[in-house]
Amino acid sequence: MDYFAQQAINAIQLGSIYALIALGYSMVYGVLVMINFAHGDVFMVSSFFCFLLLLLLPVPFVAALIIVMLATAVLGVALERLAYRPLRNAPRVSAIITALGCGLIIQNTTLSLSPYSQRMPELFVPVTWNFGGVTVSSLQLLIIGVSVGLMIGLDFFIRRTRYGMAMRAIAQDRITVPLMGIPVNTMIALTFAIGAALGGAAGVLYASAYPVISATMGVLIGWKAFVAAVIGGIGSVRGAVLGAYVLGSVEVFTVTVLPSTYRDLVVYALLLVILIFKPYGLLGRPAVQKV
Amino acid sequence: MPKATVFLLLTTCAIFLTGCADPNRDAVKIGMNIELTGEIPAVGASSKNAAELFFNALNEQGGVSLAEGPKKKVALIIRDNGGKADQAASVAQQLISSQDVVAMIGPNSSACAIPAGEIAESLKCVMISPWSTNPKTTLDQTSGQPRRYVFRGCFTDPFQAIVLAKFVTNDLGAKKAAVLYDVSSEAPLGQATLFRDTFTAAGGEIVAFETFTTGDKDFSAQLTNIRAAEPEIIFLPTYYNDVPLIAQQARRLGITAKFIGSDAWSSPEIIKLGGADVDGSYFCNHFSTQIATDEAKKFIADYTAKYGQAPDDVAALTYDACGLVTEALKAGGQNDREALREAFAKIREYKGVTGTFRFEPGSGDPIKSAVVLQIKDGAFQWVTNAQP
Repeated sequence: MDYFAQQAINAIQLGSIYALIALGYSMVYGVLVMINFAHGDVFMVSSFFCFLLLLLLPVPFVAALIIVMLATAVLGVALERLAYRPLRNAPRVSAIITALGCGLIIQNTTLSLSPYSQRMPELFVPVTWNFGGVTVSSLQLLIIGVSVGLMIGLDFFIRRTRYGMAMRAIAQDRITVPLMGIPVNTMIALTFAIGAALGGAAGVLYASAYPVISATMGVLIGWKAFVAAVIGGIGSVRGAVLGAYVLGSVEVFTVTVLPSTYRDLVVYALLLVILIFKPYGLLGRPAVQKV
Repeated sequence: MPKATVFLLLTTCAIFLTGCADPNRDAVKIGMNIELTGEIPAVGASSKNAAELFFNALNEQGGVSLAEGPKKKVALIIRDNGGKADQAASVAQQLISSQDVVAMIGPNSSACAIPAGEIAESLKCVMISPWSTNPKTTLDQTSGQPRRYVFRGCFTDPFQAIVLAKFVTNDLGAKKAAVLYDVSSEAPLGQATLFRDTFTAAGGEIVAFETFTTGDKDFSAQLTNIRAAEPEIIFLPTYYNDVPLIAQQARRLGITAKFIGSDAWSSPEIIKLGGADVDGSYFCNHFSTQIATDEAKKFIADYTAKYGQAPDDVAALTYDACGLVTEALKAGGQNDREALREAFAKIREYKGVTGTFRFEPGSGDPIKSAVVLQIKDGAFQWVTNAQP
């Protein structure tokens, strides 16, 4: 019993990190119908932002989280302004190739500045509790708490505020919305800022939980978060969160019942099965072809 | 850009490129196919440092003395394989076909050395891998016979597995072991299965045998399995960049078992990245600065003076690989690939900084001893020697 409880905690921790990154993919797709493949590398860079910040001055956790989220948001907006906006009316494939290229540029710039992996200084010393064989650390609770808090905040922002309403309107009809006086460019930049900031939060939490960071680490995690967004229904914010927790749980619980070699096989077989029965993901809505 | 400017630029480039090739025209060209970027950049850096140290010193003495003709300088052509198998193969192709090297040093990781060895074999050019311990590197995959042109500068995994299984059973007195390794990387995969077999044969029990894939950073699910199996030691035949995260997550889950590693651990980076979590762990290695011979002491002093840190085993093995190639060049006479191969295959014994190399006729694998080291107080401490 304690064994499964331990694995459940492992799954929630992993799912929370995936969720924060998956949200970035899903939000941008929802608004622009574009897959921002540079997002995994934006996440990676945010871990390095956190690393640099802690090298320069040892700030407390909350300050580090806020500063890194702001810095990553700036990077997200810069990407949108410099690389994606000029291509907004170009064929969709151009935007995807550009995103991949931006990812490679970010990754290789980081690689040239830090070819070696770096050990993250500890943001705070975690306390570990043991409940009848189940180990829970304050860091795990923090990761889960901050992730869930940010996700609830985002959900509220999108569903209850005027900015959120504007974002949803752009997602529905980008051509008509400017006629209603909504500044489309600002709103799209805001979407990128929020998506990147969530990736930045993931970067800080990730670097505290897995304190060895490298320039190539964004690739695999970025792909997995993208898979999570697709499982949940890309474009849907709640779907991305659901998909991330599904992915985290499947990864962890496959290892508990099968040899660990089967993990990725089961994960991607599941993805295929979900897409056969729910082509738009668990919570995605069918795209209506506009005439 | 106007056409004229483009033309001018291109011609300048062309002049520049041909101009660059000149100093190498009369030199003996040796290629290096090493891991300068990617997952294990510390390995490539050590390899490059050691080779440059060796050949700079040789060139200062006038170069390599071939059997006939005047001494010739050695030109190193260093290429990055990114630690990736496909890139290592194309770098091998490029070095041998277009750079026209007479021998290739590297790659170091087995995942890269196996495909690069295949290219070297088919293009008939001597390759020596300083650090690849997987048996497949020097074996022809289709015939199962030793490759003719591929050599290595280190012991192999079957020997390493025996050394570790013996050490764990006899010196640590452990009976229950767990293994966690990267199933998608050649060297760890081979080391894990060989260790399982030899440890079981020695009377031990493998209580958990878990895997992950390259790039994974979360090992909590596998480690929770391992914790439930209550092993006395955990064997982690993975590269130095994965070990710190595994160790840290294991300790956070409350696992107190000692970690045991293979020679893939040997970079000092493991201490920097792993900190207290890897302290007290043991691993099998090629070389220890603490039991150095006189030649080795000179190498250690020169290396430390030039690069500001003591050489790790990749550096020492690369230094010996350079020595072996030079030895073969001296005997082979001409700056010629086939003659070099014949001369290399005739080397029976070579005294290097990592100990004595003995080659059996027809085999590219040297027979040499191993050491067991412990990570203690932020340094590698010599524990014991293991003879073949």
